[in-house]
Amino acid sequence: MTFGDWISEPTNWAFLVMAIPLVLAAWRVVTSRNVVHAALSLVFALAASAGLFILLGAEFVAWVLVLVYIGAVIVLFLFGIMITRAPIGMEAELSHAKRWPAALAALSIFTTTSWLSVDAFGTTEIVDVGVPTSTEVLGRGLLGQFVLPFEAVGFLLLAALIGGVTLARRDDNPAEEEARLAAEETEAKP
Amino acid sequence: MIVSQFLVLASLLFSLGVYGLLVRRNAVTVLLAVELMLAGVNINFIAFESVIRDSLASGQIFTIFVLTIAAAEVGIGLGIVLLIFRNRATGNVDELDLMKW
Repeated sequence: MTFGDWISEPTNWAFLVMAIPLVLAAWRVVTSRNVVHAALSLVFALAASAGLFILLGAEFVAWVLVLVYIGAVIVLFLFGIMITRAPIGMEAELSHAKRWPAALAALSIFTTTSWLSVDAFGTTEIVDVGVPTSTEVLGRGLLGQFVLPFEAVGFLLLAALIGGVTLARRDDNPAEEEARLAAEETEAKP
Repeated sequence: MIVSQFLVLASLLFSLGVYGLLVRRNAVTVLLAVELMLAGVNINFIAFESVIRDSLASGQIFTIFVLTIAAAEVGIGLGIVLLIFRNRATGNVDELDLMKW
């Protein structure tokens, strides 16, 4: 298959329209000098990958991605940025000065994984593009064959919820708390 | 469409995430880079699912699991970053060298 054949398929145009902004936004996420811009570029990258999911027929997962990530996780990130007083605005110190080892590692991972996957799958065509998987199939799978991992994930979320509350609470030492209460009492007495 | 174009895109996204993970100093931006890596993995899952098309749609179900676990990871990760910031007054991962000798 030549490049001309590839580019003449309209679905590949749709792919490029989503893939190029996706890569550019991902590049902005890792290089932007502004933390808020990096988080908002992640919104853009995730929206583009939701578009790719729709192109591949995974409509339910695409909308879950939009709801969970763009709706909730990014808000959490922005809260984290604001609470930790991460430098909002231009900041040169956001990344290490020495970048080539990281770039080398990333480049070698990219060449290895992409070469291996192209070598293994070559020009395997995706048939019936854009035929959506019905949500019924996913629901039956989640509550049928995959019910055990589903419950495990639910338990994990509960544990993460409790763990998050425990971590982020301003946890006064119980002994100190008692001492403080006792001091308040003695103050109030006279 | 061929499956390789999605796989190359996913590995590009993953390696950009690796680059960000290694090069960033601020803990929140490190977590953003981890999200990028997970997005690459999700694209891989969905691309393979659209080739295999098994009756259970396992690829999509596992993408949902990845999303759920990533949400839990972000919650806990930001909680830890918050706690470290409160105790050490820094959000930079390279200044946290308490356990290094």
